[in-house]
Amino acid sequence: MAYSEKVMDHFANPRNVGEIEDADAVGEVGNPKCGDIMKMYLKIDNNIITDVKFKTFGCGAAIATSSMATELVKGKTIEEALKVTNKAVMEALDGLPPVKVHCSVLAEEAIKAAISDYYQKNGINPEPIVGKVGSCCHEDAPCPCSMDK
Amino acid sequence: MERFVYADNSATTPIIKSVIDEMLPFLEVKFGNPSSLYSIGREAKRAVECARERVAACIGANPAEIFFTSGGSESDNWAIKEMAYYQMKKGKNHIITSNIEHHAVLHCVQTLAKRGFDVTYIKVNQNGIVDPIDVENAITDKTALVSIMYANNEIGTIQPVDDIGRICRARNVPFHTDAVQAVGHIKIDLSKQNIDMLSLSAHKFHGPKGVGALYVRKGIRINSFIDGGAQERGKRAGTENTAGIIAMAAAIEHACKDIESKSQKITDMRNRIISELLKIEKSRLNGDLDKRLPGNINMCFEGVEGESLILKLDMEGICASSGSACTSGSLDPSHVLLAIGLPHEIAHGSLRLSLSELNNQEDADYIIEKVPKVVSELRKMSPLWEKIKKGEKYYGV
Ligand SMILES: Cc1ncc(COP(=O)(O)O)c(C=O)c1O
Repeated sequence: MAYSEKVMDHFANPRNVGEIEDADAVGEVGNPKCGDIMKMYLKIDNNIITDVKFKTFGCGAAIATSSMATELVKGKTIEEALKVTNKAVMEALDGLPPVKVHCSVLAEEAIKAAISDYYQKNGINPEPIVGKVGSCCHEDAPCPCSMDK
Repeated sequence: MERFVYADNSATTPIIKSVIDEMLPFLEVKFGNPSSLYSIGREAKRAVECARERVAACIGANPAEIFFTSGGSESDNWAIKEMAYYQMKKGKNHIITSNIEHHAVLHCVQTLAKRGFDVTYIKVNQNGIVDPIDVENAITDKTALVSIMYANNEIGTIQPVDDIGRICRARNVPFHTDAVQAVGHIKIDLSKQNIDMLSLSAHKFHGPKGVGALYVRKGIRINSFIDGGAQERGKRAGTENTAGIIAMAAAIEHACKDIESKSQKITDMRNRIISELLKIEKSRLNGDLDKRLPGNINMCFEGVEGESLILKLDMEGICASSGSACTSGSLDPSHVLLAIGLPHEIAHGSLRLSLSELNNQEDADYIIEKVPKVVSELRKMSPLWEKIKKGEKYYGV
């Protein structure tokens, strides 16, 4: 399994790591049982994501996709951020090994979870807009987090 | 990168210079086929037979009990499958093994299970050790084979193979042990141990990859493995890997010379690293501290994930490995870490460092400096770490 140079760069020098104390929205996805959790903090001003930070527990790809996802949504409107797909994250990183594709899904979900939180805080039901945000994205394979479900 | 430290000797080892010097002539000058009648063929044949004696002498075996193979996986496959099929003809269809075996053993046994064998997996205790009594209790008159590893490749635990061997001998059940991680690292004397078959692999003791041996005690009947020419007394056909076999003999001789004092030195270095790294908050040692391979260190650091730990250490010049799901290529962390009772959440954060005689105190110092640094960097970006530090439960129910 080999990572692209971009992935290694974002792993070695992750962009936007940390927390935002007075964040307008926070989203957390993943499950420690599966070995990856992403937490994303957003600062939103006038419908625009003015600042974004993340914290991730996970493999190299999980850290790199979180970092790239924050880059892709920074300065964007909420609507634009919702259009950032796992594919876009993957392409921006020059691809991921097949077993790591779920990390990019997790990154997409982290953005969505944070935006859902934002809608909720503003009295808007996020589900019709954002859809359901899962906490596990190992849909294509048996996953330890579903073993006790 | 201030330094390069190779600390993954359980994965493989570099070949030492004296071993290369011994093997090179057999690639270039003395390249003859050992089955050929002319001089360079005869010379190759003599060297292969001499290598058989040298390997045998290092483990207390007779040369006639050593069969050369392509490595540990082949030796395991041969011993387990062919013994099972041989025994099946006598109506025996039960195999006993442990739940911490290498995949080379586990997958053989799983194949046999699909072909009608019953398998008992002996569970290790939380220190990663098999209880011989459990083996004794599992034996029935249908038992065809017991296969329990000599030392574990992940957590380094040394199994009570002498006791297990005694039990198997008393019950007349053949006993195989995968000693790939043990040979050349701890003293083995098969003339005093009740081991019927033993697998070893050269690249784990500073020999080349792709060559190993299966020891089969005199009097133990087993099917041949590869059909073809008459090599290896008709049991394992194929033109011998002459250079590899000679290198293995040179390497095992080197490894077994002063083995006790060398392993004590490595053990001391290992213990120093373990005690320093245990000072890291929320860390633990996996596997028994005493019944342990000299060079093995296996620890978990809560709140970090193994693959990113390995990548970060690589950036510092340290080669190590992990039993996390991401490094195992599946979604589950290593079966060995789960077998000793670790929850998935903690097993994901494992680190294995394995030392050899080529490591020195400066390497140990460097590891002691860099591991805490890297763990702390990863924890700083881990959303779990805040919870762990506050003592909040982040796993289980
Ligand atoms: C315990 C154990 N058994 C078997 C093997 C396989 O040996 P080889 O790589 O020579 O096939 C290994 C090495 O990875 C091992 O550690």
